[in-house]
Amino acid sequence: MKINKFVIGGLLILGAVVFLIWTSTAATSEYFLTIDELKAKGSEVTGRNLRVSGAVIGDTIQYDPQTLTLTFEVAHVPGDQALIADEGGLAEALHQAVLDPTRSRLKIVYVGPKPDLLRHEAQAIVTGKLGEDGIFYADELLLKCPTKYEEAVPEQAASN
Amino acid sequence: MIADFGYGVLVVAFLTALYSVYAAVYGELKKKPAMVESARRAMLLTWPLLTLAAGVLVYLLVNDHYEVQFVYEVTSRSMPLYLKVTAWWGGQAGSLLFWSWLMSAFTSLVTLRKWDRDREFLPWVIVVGGVTMAFFIGMNVFFENPFAKLYQTFGGEIAAYTIQPANSILFTPSDGRGLNPLLRHPGMIIHPPMLYLGFVSFVIPYAFAMAALITGRTDDRWIRITRRWALWAWLFLSAGLVLGGRWAYDVLGWGGYWGWDPVEIAAFMPWLTGTAFLHSVMIQEKRGMFKHWNMLLIILTYDLVIFGTFLTRSGVLSSVHSFAQSAIGPLFFAFIGVTLITSVGLIIYRWDLLKSETQMTSLLSREALFLLNNLLFMGILVVSFWGVIYPLISELFTGQKVTVGPPFYERATSPLFAGLMLLMGVAPLSAWGHSTVKTLGRALWKPALGAAIVTTVLAFTYTRNVIALVGFFLVALVILVTLYEYGRGALARQRSQGENIFVAFWNLTGRNRRRYGGYIIHLSMMLMAIGILGIELFQVETQGTLAIGDSLELAGYTIKYKEVASWDNPGAGVNYTRAVVEVYDANGNLLGNLHPRKDFYFDTQQPMTIPGQLASLKDEVYVLLIDWEPINQESTTFKIFVNPLVNWLWLGSLLFLVGVIIAAWPDKDPQRVTVRAERRARQTSAAD
Repeated sequence: MKINKFVIGGLLILGAVVFLIWTSTAATSEYFLTIDELKAKGSEVTGRNLRVSGAVIGDTIQYDPQTLTLTFEVAHVPGDQALIADEGGLAEALHQAVLDPTRSRLKIVYVGPKPDLLRHEAQAIVTGKLGEDGIFYADELLLKCPTKYEEAVPEQAASN
Repeated sequence: MIADFGYGVLVVAFLTALYSVYAAVYGELKKKPAMVESARRAMLLTWPLLTLAAGVLVYLLVNDHYEVQFVYEVTSRSMPLYLKVTAWWGGQAGSLLFWSWLMSAFTSLVTLRKWDRDREFLPWVIVVGGVTMAFFIGMNVFFENPFAKLYQTFGGEIAAYTIQPANSILFTPSDGRGLNPLLRHPGMIIHPPMLYLGFVSFVIPYAFAMAALITGRTDDRWIRITRRWALWAWLFLSAGLVLGGRWAYDVLGWGGYWGWDPVEIAAFMPWLTGTAFLHSVMIQEKRGMFKHWNMLLIILTYDLVIFGTFLTRSGVLSSVHSFAQSAIGPLFFAFIGVTLITSVGLIIYRWDLLKSETQMTSLLSREALFLLNNLLFMGILVVSFWGVIYPLISELFTGQKVTVGPPFYERATSPLFAGLMLLMGVAPLSAWGHSTVKTLGRALWKPALGAAIVTTVLAFTYTRNVIALVGFFLVALVILVTLYEYGRGALARQRSQGENIFVAFWNLTGRNRRRYGGYIIHLSMMLMAIGILGIELFQVETQGTLAIGDSLELAGYTIKYKEVASWDNPGAGVNYTRAVVEVYDANGNLLGNLHPRKDFYFDTQQPMTIPGQLASLKDEVYVLLIDWEPINQESTTFKIFVNPLVNWLWLGSLLFLVGVIIAAWPDKDPQRVTVRAERRARQTSAAD
């Protein structure tokens, strides 16, 4: 009897933690797609929470400081670590991605301050939704510039 | 030349660490105390050796030796001296050396302690320290040599080598790439070292735990020896986390301090297990329970420290698309796997020796509540770990990568944090062994009533947000319970000792440093909770493009744009743009001037946005300069946050430091005191 009440208590806590993880995952998870995958799925994923990664094309960056609206395009980079390694590392993969005109591209719209790390050949990881118009509306924008630094900057460097 | 010398010293340090492991095991097994002593000395030697290697690296960094790849990658001529020195831990190779160096300082210190009572632990502590250190130095020696130099072959290719390849010449770039501007901040001096100190010092309790398992001396001796080590480790780790948050808040310009990114979580996870450990060891000391659990916690902490070092340094998780970027990734995982399996194997081997001495009977007893506290910490750990590995799991099972972001962590952890706060309110009032609803209720009802009154007042004057009110109720409850406990102790002392109340407070804390230091830590956590509730629930923001003289309003504040100026600092390689804005309160009183800035670094072609902050206990006005028109200055864009209560977070962190220092402050060693007393007695009797 004495042990039972502790076992029950422990199971209750365990159940609560599992429940919290389960419901929170279901409510907040985002599909992480490459741009090719996104294009292939098309309207299937419109309106869902998505996270997409790609290489920033410098010429396409436009910023309207009046409305804080930022638009730019990203080019497809492989999602698989092995494929990135085949291309000679992340920096080289990003470089190849922006050079190659046949790569699929995605237009991103983001409202907010222009992140300091946004630049040509940076890796952008955007979270948001794909609109009916095929433009990706980002709520969150993370950037990484592996070409310049060995050291990774904390992610939130460029977020929000 | 000097770089080669540095590398040579590293190799010697590596061999010394290996030798100390060998000599300790051999000496212990063959019962040759001289060999163990030799191992101890070898361990002592690693610190001067690594100090020498580190000194060489710092010399190279400070003197612009760009032929050394690491120096080229993390510094440039325009960087100030302090940043050139701190660039030591600005990149992977250097930070591994920094880790080993700190580690050697701790292991050397520990070998210098008085071992008379714990001689049997010594060889095994050396083994654990030596293996860990050899692993990290080995990373430098074999994979990430900070002293590798750039060579150009006749084919024209430039690459870094430890040993000059045939048919090549040394290549010396005229300038380095420079440290990332975001890392060029005074925070760089203190945040990484603090975090690392925290990481490294948790190795010591782990080493003693392993020694206890190996020798079979599984009483609480290892816990008593390492209690202070664990507290200091915890202090450093906590300080590292808070400083990181403050740094992010000050330079990253997004109005926040914690983003639940995998690298942050990697440093947070050992903190969770470490905090659980600090609580649950008390039960082992008082009641002789939870011995398996404490072992498991310290093992988990150690391996999470290794995992955290790997993640924070390598940045492999900053995108879920980039696991294991360099050769050291698999090695780290192998090391974690081997140490985890060995340690858990030892627990199983000693399972019977670790049996509890007493049984837990009451659900509301102090030990049961401590257990609950541990389960909640583990719950937060599981949530965090799940969030980090979920993309991998989902890909494994569904072929589709699915990730979770900050909303996941906030949603899943906040009830657990609330549970912890409730426990902080209840547990100090419960008794060891046995407590009932009745006894607890009698102690709890007054503080609970007080907290309810505070919450009601807040509901009418400050907010109707239910989550905030629940949070404030818990904060008030914990503060009142803690002060009540404190006050009761002091009053009792005042009565029995006839001290005045302040002296009574002082002595009370001094006599029970661990308990009352702990209470101060609880109070500090509540101050931090006020700040977190404020910024998470009540942060407001706006933005606008202003001409000079225009103003913006937000949450009762008026922000008026005065001027903007831009100038170059060629020596530092930076262009500064600085705006001046005035902040007025609702009654039109001028509160102060703010200077939001945008710096542009020429060498890295990167801007950096530095907020202007106006701090008070109520709110913080946080202004960012987004964009400006260089010629007519007519349209300058600002983003403004009002972060209510956030400064309680930083105040709480300061109080936290005070609490931990009180709890960790060395007592007079009781044994030494007796020895001294005996000696005195002998002297007096001799004089007689």
